[in-house]
Amino acid sequence: MSLFSIAWKSIRERGLASTLTALSVTLGVMLMVVVLVISGAVNAAFSQRTIAYDLIVGHQRGGELPLVLSAVYRVQPASENLPYLYYKQLKEDRRVVSAVPFAFGDVTEKGFFPLVGTTSEYFENDYTPGEKFRIRGKRINGYFDAIIGSEVARRNDWDLGSQFQIQHGGAESTHVHNEMFTVVAVIQQTGTPNDRTVFVNIEGFYAIAGHETPLNEVEARLKNFYASDPARLKIALDQITAAKTLEETEAAAGHDAHHHHEIPDAAKEVTAVLIRTRPLTEFPFDAIYLSSELKEGYQAMAVNPMKPIRKLMNDVLGNVKKGLIVLTGMIILVSGVSIFVSIYNSMADRRREIGIMRALGARRGSVFGIVLAESVVLCVGGGLLGWLFGHGLAVAAAPYVTAQTGLLLDPWAIDSMEFILFPVLLALAVLVGILPATTAYRTDVADALSS
Amino acid sequence: MSLQLHYVRKCYREPDGRALPVLGIEHYQLSQGEQAALIGSSGCGKTTLLNVISGILLPDTGQVEVSGTDIAQLPEVVRDRFRAEKIGFIFQTFNLLPGFTALENVLLGMTFSRGRTDRTFAESLLERVGLKDRRHHRPARMSVGEQQRVSVARSLANRPALLLADEPTANVDPANQELILNLIRHTCGEHKVTLLMVTHAVEVAETFDRVDRLQDFNHPESAVREVTA
Repeated sequence: MSLFSIAWKSIRERGLASTLTALSVTLGVMLMVVVLVISGAVNAAFSQRTIAYDLIVGHQRGGELPLVLSAVYRVQPASENLPYLYYKQLKEDRRVVSAVPFAFGDVTEKGFFPLVGTTSEYFENDYTPGEKFRIRGKRINGYFDAIIGSEVARRNDWDLGSQFQIQHGGAESTHVHNEMFTVVAVIQQTGTPNDRTVFVNIEGFYAIAGHETPLNEVEARLKNFYASDPARLKIALDQITAAKTLEETEAAAGHDAHHHHEIPDAAKEVTAVLIRTRPLTEFPFDAIYLSSELKEGYQAMAVNPMKPIRKLMNDVLGNVKKGLIVLTGMIILVSGVSIFVSIYNSMADRRREIGIMRALGARRGSVFGIVLAESVVLCVGGGLLGWLFGHGLAVAAAPYVTAQTGLLLDPWAIDSMEFILFPVLLALAVLVGILPATTAYRTDVADALSS
Repeated sequence: MSLQLHYVRKCYREPDGRALPVLGIEHYQLSQGEQAALIGSSGCGKTTLLNVISGILLPDTGQVEVSGTDIAQLPEVVRDRFRAEKIGFIFQTFNLLPGFTALENVLLGMTFSRGRTDRTFAESLLERVGLKDRRHHRPARMSVGEQQRVSVARSLANRPALLLADEPTANVDPANQELILNLIRHTCGEHKVTLLMVTHAVEVAETFDRVDRLQDFNHPESAVREVTA
C-alpha cells in the first residue's frame, strides 16, 4: 500500500470537502486552458499563417498598421490609394513572382461584409503558406460576378446565383449602389478574414458608378506620386489627357455622365498590392531590397505583414492575454489556499488517525508524506481534470466560436504555458501541503492516541 | 527473554513545570511466549507502561529490551521500524482507520514494516478471526466485536514477537469478550508470541496463569528521586 493510496483513501473519506477543493483547482485550470486555446487561435489568426504574401505595398501616408488591417483583415479602408499603373509596374519586376491588386472599399448591403476588388490571381495563390483556396463555383468573368467567403454565405444565406447590392463606404452609409452582383462561387472555410469577405472583379469594382475619381484629381495625384519618375508620369498623363478628351467629346455629344466606357489604367487606383517575391531559400533578400527600394522615389511603402501585426499582438492582445493568465493564475492560487485550509482544518480530526499509523510503526516522514501526497493529489489531480475539461470545453465550443467569430479553434493545441502548469501545480501543492504535513510530522503519538 | 525492563523511570511534566512521576520500575520481565495479565487501578500508569514498552514514549531513564534490543537507545526512525516489525498493538478503542476496509486495515500494519504487503497472509488472519466474508467492509459497517477482531488480525500482521493489548475486551459484550480473549491467547500461543494484556476485568485476568499487579512492582516515587537527584 503506497503513501499515495493511503492519501487517496483519506481524500475519499472526506469526499465532499475534497471534491470541492479539487474542483476549485479544476475550474481555475480549466479557465486557464480555455484562455490559452483562445489566445492561441487569435495568435494564429494574426500570425504569418493568415497570409501567404511577403510584402504588402500601399501608400506612404496610410501607416503600416492601417495598411495591414486594411489589406489582410479588411478592418478599415486605407486613407490613400496607389495608382493602378504602379501595380502593373511592380508586376513587371523580376523579383516579383506574383502581384495582386487589392481595392477595398464598400460593404454588402446585407450583413455589411467588406467588398474587395481583385483578380483571379488572388485565388490561384495560397491563402496561407501551403493552403490553396477550395472554391465551389466558377471563376470571375463578368464585371459584377462575386466570390463570397463561407461566413458571408452562411450568415446571409447566400449561395451560387444569389444576387446582392453593395453599400457605398461603410455600414453607416445609406447610399446603395444600383449595380446588382451575382454570386458565382463560394470559398470553403479558411479560418481567415477571407471567410468574411466578398470578392468581386476589380474591373467591376471600378465600373461601379461613383467609384471613378475625377480626372483632374487623378492628374494631381499622379504628378505627386511620380514626381521623381518623369518618364512614367508622362505615360500616365498621356492616358489622362486622352480620357479627358474622350469625356469632353462625349459631353458635347450629350451622353450621360455615368455612361460606361473603358477607364484608362492611369485613372484607376488600388488600396494595396500583395506581393510574393521569389523563394526565400534562393533569394533571401528580395523582399528586403524591394521594400527599401520602394521607400525611395515613390510615395509607396512595402510592409512585411507580420511586423505591425506582431507589434499589435504584443502591445494589445499580448497584454490582454497576460492579464487573463494572471487572473486565472490568481484563481489557481486561491484554490491552492482553499486546499491548504481544507487539509489544515482536517488535521485536528485526523490527529488520532495519525497517532494510530505512528503506533503501527509509520515514521514521521511517512505521515508527512501522506499529508503532502493528499495535497498533491488534490492539486495536480484537480489540475489534470481542469486541463481535460478545458480542452473538452474547447472541443465542444469550437464549432460555435467559429460560427460566431470566424476564429478557428484548435482545441487540442498545447500552449507552452501548459508544460509549466503542472510543475507549478506540483510546487503549489507542496507549498500548501507543507504546513499541515509538518503538523502531522510533529504529532505526539501518545497524546494523539489518548485524545 | 522477550521483554525486560530495568530501572525504568518516567515522569510527565505538569503545566507548572513540576515532575509528575508515573513509572518507577526496577525490574520486570516476560519470557518468550509467556502470557501475562497486567492489572491495576485507573491512573496507575498501565497505558504509559505499554507506550514505553512499544517505544511510543521514551523512559527518562532505564532500559526497555524487547527481544534483546534496548529500544530506548534506538534512533526514532529505527525505533518506529522496530515497533512495526516486532510489536503488535491492540487498543481498547480498536483504532481502526475509518476510510479503510477490514483487509486494508490489516494491510496497513504491514505497509509500515517492510513496505511490502502480504495479502494472502492478511486474508488468512481475517479468516482466522472469522471475518473472511467481511474483509471488504469498512469499520462503520461492522459491529464492535467485529471491529476488535479486525484489530486483533492487524496486530498480528507483522508476526510480532510481543503483543501489547490495552483492555481489548473493555468495549465488547460478554460473548465477544470470550471470543476475542480466546482468539488473542490462542493465536499468541500458537505463534509463541509474548503477550502482555492490560485489563480491569477480573474474569479476564483469571484466565491467565500469570497476573501482575502494576502497583506491586511500580514505585513512581522512586522515579521522583531519580529525576530530582
